[in-house]
Amino acid sequence: MKSPLRSLLIMATCLCVLPLLGGCNEMVLFNPKGPIGESEKYIILISFVLMLIVVIPVIVMSIVFPLKYRESNTNAPYEPNWSYSRKLEIIMWAIPFVIVFILSAILWRETHRLDPYKPLESTAKPLNVEVVSLDWKWLFIYPEHNIAVVNQFVFPEKIPLSFKITSDTVMTSFFIPQLGSQIYAMAGMTTRLHLMADEQGEYTGQNQQFSGAGFPNMSFNAKATSQDAFDAWVRQVRQSPNRLDFARFTELRKPGVSESVIYYSSIEPGLFEHIVNQYNPMTRGSHDMGGAAHSGHGN
Amino acid sequence: MLGKLSLSSIPFHDHIVMGAVYGSLLAGLGVVVLITYFKKWPYLWKEWLTTVDHKKIGIMYIILAMVMLLRGFSDAIMMRAQQAMALGSNPGFLPPDHFNQVFSAHGTIMILFMAMPFLSGLMNIVVPQQIGARDVAFPFLNAVSLWLSTAGAMLVMVSLGVGEFSRAGWSGYTPLSGLAYSPDTGVDYWIWSLQISGAGTLLTGINFLATILKMRAPGMTLMRMPLFTWTAVFTNVLIIFAFPMLTVALALLTLDRYCGMHFFTNDMGGNTMMYINLFWTWGHPEVYIVILPAFGIFSEVVATFSRKKLFGYDSLVYATAAIMFLSFAVWVHHFFTMGTSASVNVFFGISTMLIAIPTGVKVFNWLFTMYRGRVRITTPLLWTLGFLSTFVIGGLTGVLLSMPPADYVLHNSMFLIAHFHNMLVPGVLFGFMAGYAYWFPKAFGFRLNETWGKLSFWFWLSGFYLAFIPLYILGFMGMPRRMQHYDNPAWQPYLIVAAIGTLLILLGIGCMVMQLLVSIRDRRANRDLTGDAWDGRTLEWLTASPPAVYNFAVIPVVEGLDAFWDMKQKGTAYLKPDRYEDIEMPRNNPYGLAVGVICFVFGFAMIWHIWWMAGVSFLGLIATVIARACDDNTHEIIPAAEVERIEGLRSQGMA
Amino acid sequence: MFSGLFATYVVMAHNYAGGPTGKELFNLTDALMETMLLLFSSVAFGLGMVGMHKGNKRMLLAGLAAALLLGLGFVTMEALEFSHMISQGAGPQRSGFLSAFFTLVGTHGLHVSFGILWMVVMMGQIATKGLTGPVQARLVRLGMFWHFLDIVWICLFSIVYLMGVL
Repeated sequence: MKSPLRSLLIMATCLCVLPLLGGCNEMVLFNPKGPIGESEKYIILISFVLMLIVVIPVIVMSIVFPLKYRESNTNAPYEPNWSYSRKLEIIMWAIPFVIVFILSAILWRETHRLDPYKPLESTAKPLNVEVVSLDWKWLFIYPEHNIAVVNQFVFPEKIPLSFKITSDTVMTSFFIPQLGSQIYAMAGMTTRLHLMADEQGEYTGQNQQFSGAGFPNMSFNAKATSQDAFDAWVRQVRQSPNRLDFARFTELRKPGVSESVIYYSSIEPGLFEHIVNQYNPMTRGSHDMGGAAHSGHGN
Repeated sequence: MLGKLSLSSIPFHDHIVMGAVYGSLLAGLGVVVLITYFKKWPYLWKEWLTTVDHKKIGIMYIILAMVMLLRGFSDAIMMRAQQAMALGSNPGFLPPDHFNQVFSAHGTIMILFMAMPFLSGLMNIVVPQQIGARDVAFPFLNAVSLWLSTAGAMLVMVSLGVGEFSRAGWSGYTPLSGLAYSPDTGVDYWIWSLQISGAGTLLTGINFLATILKMRAPGMTLMRMPLFTWTAVFTNVLIIFAFPMLTVALALLTLDRYCGMHFFTNDMGGNTMMYINLFWTWGHPEVYIVILPAFGIFSEVVATFSRKKLFGYDSLVYATAAIMFLSFAVWVHHFFTMGTSASVNVFFGISTMLIAIPTGVKVFNWLFTMYRGRVRITTPLLWTLGFLSTFVIGGLTGVLLSMPPADYVLHNSMFLIAHFHNMLVPGVLFGFMAGYAYWFPKAFGFRLNETWGKLSFWFWLSGFYLAFIPLYILGFMGMPRRMQHYDNPAWQPYLIVAAIGTLLILLGIGCMVMQLLVSIRDRRANRDLTGDAWDGRTLEWLTASPPAVYNFAVIPVVEGLDAFWDMKQKGTAYLKPDRYEDIEMPRNNPYGLAVGVICFVFGFAMIWHIWWMAGVSFLGLIATVIARACDDNTHEIIPAAEVERIEGLRSQGMA
Repeated sequence: MFSGLFATYVVMAHNYAGGPTGKELFNLTDALMETMLLLFSSVAFGLGMVGMHKGNKRMLLAGLAAALLLGLGFVTMEALEFSHMISQGAGPQRSGFLSAFFTLVGTHGLHVSFGILWMVVMMGQIATKGLTGPVQARLVRLGMFWHFLDIVWICLFSIVYLMGVL
């Protein structure tokens, strides 16, 4: 029988190759640079291993049974009416149940712990960043420094980052894979995200949610630096001749693909709130739409 | 006069598109010429286009599904080729404009115009025979469903040459699919093709649920029904509850686009998240709508080819029921990253994981059906084995994704693409392929060629692994889905491997075409005169192959599970009755086809804002329905003597 | 399908976008009138069906005619209400809330209109074919449809109008 052997071979290769590649640097999810990404990596690995308890026996049985009980093997026992076994039934319900139970416990704890809305525990004062997704670029506003940058995100290492995210176009998803969690950006609403980088480096940030023609161009450079380098960078941005007022923002939000980085030395006060509120002039006065983001799921 | 339609809507400048258009037109023209040459129009009209016979409707559904499979698969090849090329400054051969249509069309076609017609087709051919019925509960509605599905599929095909298809993905997320961000007719094509075929699917759901509940042969209690029939019950319940949600979501999107309303717009009190909720309250059950019947097929195949009773029948039925109920409580797992609170995510994460339990139980049941059996390794069984070993990997990655924290990094990545193809290709497509090979002799009276079938299977299986394992790895490498081009050189090798995998699948499809041609050529050698091609266990193998229009000359009486096996053991399977009786069957009529054609015209008119044409076709639709409603002459009698003659011929053939 | 529309309405019931609210727009007496029209229409249909079971073609036709007229009255009132709202600048394009309102109530109204058309067809069939088996079966189906619309309206009345005003 060449056929089942061949599928055995394919299975074996796949199962061996996957974990081996885990060490590879290009597998960014297995090479996280922050606490959130680190936890998420272990959740993936633990669940993976737990699931193998079921998956491996199934694959083995799906190859052994048809081979052993093939029609030409008349030595194998044949019981045409054997169709029930209390013991087996209990086992086959119980094993998946136990595994799912364990996984659910992990899920419960970790989902609460890694809630993107939950601020990170740290002694350092968090850096507030406001992110706006545009067609097809990212705008980063640093309210505490009164500066803004397009298509580049620079931040100090080992400092918790507290994001407020919205969209001035269709729905997008803000994601820096090596730091961890992503979250949607939606017009008229603010979503929250908390991340941190443990070491300096340049990471790719991207839009993970398809958003039209320029979608593949919506990647940006996320650069974790030392505190000093960050302060120097802020000073450099402040040298820029550009100021981000409403007029310039109207110019900026026009759809277009541009991966070039633009610095703004100062911003119109309340720009972020303005962007959020423009879609709902009178209702929903509170700009924090965490609650509203939940209300859609109540039915 | 023609609304938004003008000559410039036809993309003459685009050679790839025009090539496909000319190809399709030539193929269509060729078929028409052939039919005319052989003077088959009257036959086609009388026997097929106006038929209400569930077996013929089923065959036409499957032809539709196969044609759309080719279309959807050519989209897949284009995507894989584009992504294998488009690194850095290389733009590939598909501009974003076209690439975005291609992946939107691929998803829409594969789910709604390949999987759905395939499943309706198999249900049509098999379910009435499995429950010992002569037809479905509403034969005319059945024809309407078929032609509505066809009308929807034709709209998708027309979008190739006239205008464009949606660029907003198969799920059409708002506000991207709204008028503000997608002003052209692409999204309208998507809306109307889904809406029209969706109406057909809903009718199918009602029809088959009524059929199974009301038309079973005497003695066939619920717990004696074959598993494929059981899964059909669950699927149809899901259709009845889920499809109206799609209708609503699309209707509201239509109002937004056509009447300037504000359901899913960014501004003026619209709520974009509402659409996503509505869509997935249909979309998630939809996954189970297509996969449960495939589970049913695997159950039939594995029992028949192990020559053994299905292991844990009760357990399988309850597990399927559990999946059905749970499938309505998991839709939020499609957007854990939308800012939902941790508690909501925990609830939906756990409910998603729970589905793994009954699914795992089913897998064990199939495995233990083979245990201590006599396993014949035929093409249908190979598809089943391929499914068992591959599907568990998809299950594993599915449980990973159901963990919200894991989903936070894997969501919308290539990992997700690999995961759901890992569920749908082995789960649904392999299942339907198994069903196709298994029931083909029932529908046509001869078996398919095994050599080409097995070859096709091995190409499909190896192609599948080659095409999708790299996608899992790409997910870990952070590659988002739907990228028309990218800048990360590390991704390219994996995308090239995936493209090679797609080529292997192409060979697999080629083998299937060869299999069909070779089998038709050798049909005399492969003929099955008994009607029982595989030493089957369930009632559909009691009828002739292909079955007489009334299926059963005498309605069988069922005494247990595996009714036909039981009869064969007792030697009562082919007993001749003392006398035959007249049989009343529904009469063929052209109204079903008319409804389909009118809906196609209506959809086309709405897409292009040709209001007069929409109005006229709408009135035509109402007139057709009223005409049909006033028609009392819907049935005809097959006299007992005719039945006796047909049955006599069959006995001669068997002897 | 109605459940989906109801869900949408409930979610969007407060998305006024600065536009008028339900409290300012709804006229409870009119809505109550509409409710009565539809309820009595159902009763009339029921009486007609009693006539059918007695084999009394006249009573059946009279019942259907009454149901039909009351249904027409309902649709007319609803159309008037809609046109009044639109003339006040509170059309479905004004806000998410109004989109949901017009769609939910309008979908119901559309169903009632189809019911009326269906009734006309059935009255024609009764007149020309008499009370044959198929005709009776079709009438039973129409009856279920008609009563179902009544139930939907009751939900609509409570959720949209009562809750909107209170």
